[in-house]
Amino acid sequence: MSTILNDIKKRILVLDGAMGTMIQRYNFSEEDYRGERFADFSHDLKGNNDLLSLTQPEAIQEIHEKYLESGADIIETNTFSSTSIAMEDYHMEDLVYELNFESVRIAKAATKKYSTKEKPRYVAGSIGPTNRTASLSPDVSRPAFRAIDFETLRKSYKEQINAMVDAEVDILLVETIFDTLNAKAALFAIEEVKEERSLNIPIMVSGTITDNSGRTLSGQTVEAFLNSISHIPLLSVGFNCALGAKQLLPFLERLSVESKFHTSAHPNAGLPNAFGEYDETAAEMQAIIEQYLQENLINIIGGCCGTTPEHIRAIADIAAKYEPRKIQKDYEYANK
Amino acid sequence: MSTQTNRYLKLSGLEVLNVRPESNFINIGERTNVTGSRKFFRLIKEENYEEALEIARDQVENGAQIIDINMDEGMLDGKKEMVHFLNLIASEPDIARVPVMIDSSKWEIIEAGLQVIQGKGVVNSISLKEGEEAFIQQAKTILRYGAAVVVMAFDEVGQADTYDRRIEICERSYKVLVQKVGFPPEDIIFDPNIFPVATGIKEHETNAIDFFRATKWIRENLPYANVSGGVSNVSFSFRGNNTIREAMHSVFLYHGIQHGLNLGIVNPSLLEIYDSIPKNLLELVEDVILNRREDATERLLAFAEEIKNDGNHKQKKKTQDLSWRREELQSRINHALVKGIDSFIIEDVEEARLLAEKPLTVIEGNLMEGMGIVGDLFGSGKMFLPQVVKSARVMKKAVAYLQPFIEEDKDSSVKSAGKIVMATVKGDVHDIGKNIVSVVLGCNNYEIIDLGVMVPPEKIVETVQKEQPDILGLSGLITPSLDEMITVSKALKKEKISVPILIGGATTSKAHTAVKIDPEYDAVVHVNDASKAVTVVGNLLKNNREDYKKTIKSDYQVFREKFLTRTKKKQYVDYQKSTENRLNLNWGKTLIKKPQNIDNQIIEGFNLKYLINYIDWTPFFKTWNLFGKFPAILEDEVVGEEATKLYEDALDFIEMILDENLLKAKAVFQIFKANSVGDTIEIYDEKNEYLDRFITLRQQGKKSEGKPNLSLSDFIAPKETGLEDYIGCFCVTTGFGTEELVKKFEEENDDYSIIMVKALADRFAEAFAEYLHEQVRKDYWGYAKEETFSNDELIKEKYKGIRPAPGYPACPDHLEKKTIWKLLNVEGVIGVKLTENLAMWPAASVSGYYFANENARYFGLGKIKEDQLKVYAEKRNISVEEAAKWLAPNLELS
Repeated sequence: MSTILNDIKKRILVLDGAMGTMIQRYNFSEEDYRGERFADFSHDLKGNNDLLSLTQPEAIQEIHEKYLESGADIIETNTFSSTSIAMEDYHMEDLVYELNFESVRIAKAATKKYSTKEKPRYVAGSIGPTNRTASLSPDVSRPAFRAIDFETLRKSYKEQINAMVDAEVDILLVETIFDTLNAKAALFAIEEVKEERSLNIPIMVSGTITDNSGRTLSGQTVEAFLNSISHIPLLSVGFNCALGAKQLLPFLERLSVESKFHTSAHPNAGLPNAFGEYDETAAEMQAIIEQYLQENLINIIGGCCGTTPEHIRAIADIAAKYEPRKIQKDYEYANK
Repeated sequence: MSTQTNRYLKLSGLEVLNVRPESNFINIGERTNVTGSRKFFRLIKEENYEEALEIARDQVENGAQIIDINMDEGMLDGKKEMVHFLNLIASEPDIARVPVMIDSSKWEIIEAGLQVIQGKGVVNSISLKEGEEAFIQQAKTILRYGAAVVVMAFDEVGQADTYDRRIEICERSYKVLVQKVGFPPEDIIFDPNIFPVATGIKEHETNAIDFFRATKWIRENLPYANVSGGVSNVSFSFRGNNTIREAMHSVFLYHGIQHGLNLGIVNPSLLEIYDSIPKNLLELVEDVILNRREDATERLLAFAEEIKNDGNHKQKKKTQDLSWRREELQSRINHALVKGIDSFIIEDVEEARLLAEKPLTVIEGNLMEGMGIVGDLFGSGKMFLPQVVKSARVMKKAVAYLQPFIEEDKDSSVKSAGKIVMATVKGDVHDIGKNIVSVVLGCNNYEIIDLGVMVPPEKIVETVQKEQPDILGLSGLITPSLDEMITVSKALKKEKISVPILIGGATTSKAHTAVKIDPEYDAVVHVNDASKAVTVVGNLLKNNREDYKKTIKSDYQVFREKFLTRTKKKQYVDYQKSTENRLNLNWGKTLIKKPQNIDNQIIEGFNLKYLINYIDWTPFFKTWNLFGKFPAILEDEVVGEEATKLYEDALDFIEMILDENLLKAKAVFQIFKANSVGDTIEIYDEKNEYLDRFITLRQQGKKSEGKPNLSLSDFIAPKETGLEDYIGCFCVTTGFGTEELVKKFEEENDDYSIIMVKALADRFAEAFAEYLHEQVRKDYWGYAKEETFSNDELIKEKYKGIRPAPGYPACPDHLEKKTIWKLLNVEGVIGVKLTENLAMWPAASVSGYYFANENARYFGLGKIKEDQLKVYAEKRNISVEEAAKWLAPNLELS
């Protein structure tokens, strides 16, 4: 069994930062995205960041290593959109297994280089929300209509999860949850995989509060969201994306009071400016995160959109100075 | 944090429902269940999902903390309906905020339901009926979907109907769930079967106590588990007798909760408050529920027979301080009058009558003393209008009681301070203000002869000649009434009548009275405030009244001269010039949103409760002479207390109106294709055939550089642009039913309630107009789908587009209503009529146009000149004189 269950009790674990922001720095062209293998592919591929695990694996590994270098305990695989549903946009549904397997493999190769006995590093398989919502209608005039159903989501997630497990991923991270029903389908798939493969893999769940109303896109409050996903044992529950660390604070406070699980947060580097760029500096973000730590709200902390290895270093530096949040023994993950 | 406090049932919809050990009983709404509600079944069968959703919404609004949804009915595709309805609910945040209970005896329906709810719901139910294996499989799947579960006390042998069987099955179920499935015990809700009592069958006598005992055992022996049940089952044998049923449910719940019942499926409207159950009934019901007597059932049955035909109308009585009843007679009468309490006035007046020489002296002595105090307090600002009206109600009741005794006593008649004839003029139906003035004057011992509404001049003249009143009061709200008042005063003058006239009503003004009526008549006074009416009338009737009249005359003359010279200073431009300075929108770039729906829409039987949130309360308080913005007025230092009382009364009235469905809301509206042609708006049908036109008026006031002279036609794309534009029009009413209600209150001499009902009907009509406009913006026209405004923001008109009403500042021409009536067939479809002066009947109605253009805004026409009047008359095909009559208040005649 993974040692992460022990580590999380001893210290605050640091999650990595944004993958997309780092990929931008490479200025990859359409040709770069395609690589040799997809040179003749019939559709545009620029922007399919997950595909880079196949066509630019060195760059992806390099990014992972930069985060590990900066002090991240957990790195996220480049698989946010590697489900058959999300890949439909690029006509690459057939590549889902390979995308996930390779992405985990690359991340594992990176952690292997940096893991030490004192500071083991972990790979979290990133499971994104897909681009469809199961509890919201995309068509206002047909409120009962759904663009996706639970079964389709469950199957699609299961395919992704099985590939990740085959490549020996350490943690499964269901993240950026806009619609809790999508997440419930992912959790359902995880439970099936766990049962079928007699596996006990730690699960992190991370929702997204879309604005200061304190609700998810699908309308749930912090507490309602928590109640909706607490039926299976989780390593952690938290929030990421959409908000900066500052805006997220009140919701983390509420989560921390209610949650029987460990908590996580990987906020954006502030709110986007007029050009859609994130410009909160590492030092600024560090100062806000220190407030989380002072309030003892957190077990796992990292960054989402706009964060870079500099941000993660700043976060790791400050996190090392504080004690992790304690949870009731009853609900410790290993208990199950 | 101890383990103890953290393990409890935690559910969610969009919001959280935590069932903590210290939580009060959680009630589960039962009406969205096709097996329990014929109405819901019919709605689903007819695919009337809109109304079906209303049932769900209604339950949540009435306090259901979870809603049970059941589609198990042979004639329905249960799985399809469950999914469809849950998906619909998900789009209604005010329903979706509570957790859902997916109720079915079919596993495939349960699973289909679980796949569409994002929150943590409850499955109702599973049991050991089909054996342990199926039970485990189902529980495991439910857990994986993240729901709690209701477990029925049912096993392979059958349903538990004794205490022992109940605990046996529940214990076994619990062990399987917790130990074999790993089901969180706090997510288990046992339903140990509520069965009917008082069925006449001996074995059923212990049904309720067995349930209570089993509940207690479960809560004590199966850690963290919850207990629920379908409460209405218990009273099954008393169907049709709601008084008994409500009492049985309350008693059952009361004892159930004591034993640990922490959730239950109940119909909140079929529930009496335990403490308010009459003692005798409570005893009989408890005898049955707790099986305390052999003959308990027979005794309850006998009681049920007795009350069967008793229409039971719920009444909630607040506890009252009755210490004033111990004081001596006169101070009791004073108290009743000042406080407006009518419950004891008859007995007090009777006591006074027996002591008095003549019945009349009770009025002139006892009652007038009290009313004198009321008058003083009102005059010094220590009492407010709503209180005075309540005082008047008490007074009227007392006088009505004394009347027969006075008539017996032939040589006495009530001597009033003066006689006043009141009337709302021809063509106008608005009378709230008039009624208030009548009441206030009545309180001051004036005899009021109220001619009602729409009173023709001949009738007024005739009455004045016959009754020889001291004062005549004329009231009106719409602008044509201003002219009507001039007509009345001329008619009186012609008959050489010089009775002083009081002028009042929303559009009346000192200016109009001074400029238009005063020169035509001997003595006329503008009074727009009920509290001033008493002083004015007093002055007009005093010995030195001629001096007072002279003062008024000269005051009005000075005012008139000032007014006329002042208005001359304002500059106007020629009509031609004003049209050249129209608002020119860049039609090429202006987005015209094509309506979703251009059919004629009729709404009938609309539930008023959806309008409550749309009510703009500030004008309501203004009606009662309480000035200030709502809700701040409730906290106001001076009028706050009275405003709060009035508001509470208003809410009680609303509750009564809703409960008994006393007012009917109806609406008709449609969006038409339209283009502007000069200062008209042409209306076309769907085939682009010309239907009719609206004639709009244009501002002629001289504008500063760059400011346009506006007309509503500016907001519609001109025909020459070739663009297809649209205009909507509407009429809403909430006034049907007012007449009957008022009549009832008249019989009870209850002016307070009369004014209240009328004022509320007006508020509902405005709220309905607001509500409908929102629906049009968001849905029917659909140009502002995304908007989300609070009521306050709606009142402040923050939305895009406008809904001006004919007769109001942007379009003061009431004749436009005729065009709306024709286009929408208003009278034919919803029955709202236009009087000869184009007031709407019932009065609580609103009509107008919809403009969607984002540049459309409300404005005031101001004055127009003769050149526009002539063009207008020609378009309208009426004489200039007639046009001048309709537009009188807006004419600037040189």
